[in-house]
Amino acid sequence: MTAPLLTRVARLPFASGFEPAQLRRLCATGRSAAYRPGERIFTEGGAADRFWLIENGRVALDLRVPGRGDQVIETLATGAVLGWSWLHPPYRWQFGCETRGPVDTVMFDAAAVRELCDADPAFGYAMLRRFVPVITGRLHATRLRLLDLYAAPAAKARP
Amino acid sequence: MSTSLASRVTGAELPLPYRVIARHADTDDTVTLELAYETAPLPAFAPGQFAMLTAYGIGEVPISLSGLPAPHETARRLTHTLRAVGAVTRALHAAGPGTVIGVRGPFGTTWDVPSAAGHDVVVVAGGIGLAPVRPIVQAVLAERDRYGEVVLLVGARTPADLLYRDDLDRWAAAGVQVGVTVDRPAEGWNGHVGVVPALVASARFRPGRSVGFVCGPEVMMRFTARALTDRGVPASRVRVSLERNMRCGAGWCGHCQLGPLLLCRDGPVVDYARAEPLLDVREL
Repeated sequence: MTAPLLTRVARLPFASGFEPAQLRRLCATGRSAAYRPGERIFTEGGAADRFWLIENGRVALDLRVPGRGDQVIETLATGAVLGWSWLHPPYRWQFGCETRGPVDTVMFDAAAVRELCDADPAFGYAMLRRFVPVITGRLHATRLRLLDLYAAPAAKARP
Repeated sequence: MSTSLASRVTGAELPLPYRVIARHADTDDTVTLELAYETAPLPAFAPGQFAMLTAYGIGEVPISLSGLPAPHETARRLTHTLRAVGAVTRALHAAGPGTVIGVRGPFGTTWDVPSAAGHDVVVVAGGIGLAPVRPIVQAVLAERDRYGEVVLLVGARTPADLLYRDDLDRWAAAGVQVGVTVDRPAEGWNGHVGVVPALVASARFRPGRSVGFVCGPEVMMRFTARALTDRGVPASRVRVSLERNMRCGAGWCGHCQLGPLLLCRDGPVVDYARAEPLLDVREL
């Protein structure tokens, strides 16, 4: 991957609507990070000290269940934001994450981004406006899955 | 049979006998039946249309066309995929080769696949909703040069509930962007986990030059249609397949009414610009 980091980040949906100066400041806290297939990116309960924009590939969020191993909750693919536990104390990952094949990302230093947010409320608000849709989108998806839409309908209601 | 009655027996009013010539078990509760006519063929079905299938002595159910005949096969063979969820569908599910069942049809509106020529084709299916859209993919691949990118996104409850796995592999090998996701992964599943509307965001297509075809549970269709329109696909170019209580198939009985639409006649395929306000109406 040879394009400058700023150019690569600007191509991702997350960057849409950022002012160029804000994006430059954000990218100053980031660097490229590539992962091998099956590599664990973070572990449940670990320090949430970074977040990622997935440029290519797919990762699985998982939860360790006694007797059942790591249960996959959801997968995230190209263009997705990975990680928001860095946004709020206690800055610990609520889930684990492992790659599903080779994954290219831009990885950001969470502490540095929090400092930027604290120092510049406009920047902090811009970040919030990008993270809130990510969070609500995942919440909506989770609620949809709670409905178990593909389950067999009640027999009495079906011919 | 009197002349007047015989003239009315077009296959719309009375079921014509069709024999099951092949039965393929897709999953534990879902089968695909290949049917051949016994006495006279029904008019040709188009993708999106449905038949009323009769299990004699038990009842009748609406089932969409789920496959196009191969070029060397007679066009009058019918393919229907059904899930055993009630008395009639359980009887049809159990129908082996040689069984005679009744068929009325074709009924309803079509996906109008040819109108998508020159556009990217984005097909999104949830659960058994893959069955009614399967003929879209077959029709597009039969005239591949007429269409742009072809995207097929499929959601299922578990990997074991996925229909047409061989087709999915074959279509992917033919250049279709196939994305499959499940709600509940099983051991060894290495694909996507999550809801199918979430796959829309990362699929490659030109929103302003795309036609969307969506079929599945109604809530899934609402969220998928929103995901497509959020990407920029005009609501008038997103088609959904709606289902209510189809009975007569001809718009006479009113059982399938949804607002101003009688879905057996004005549907099942409706563009989302027309369908969206109706999907928010509470049922009695």
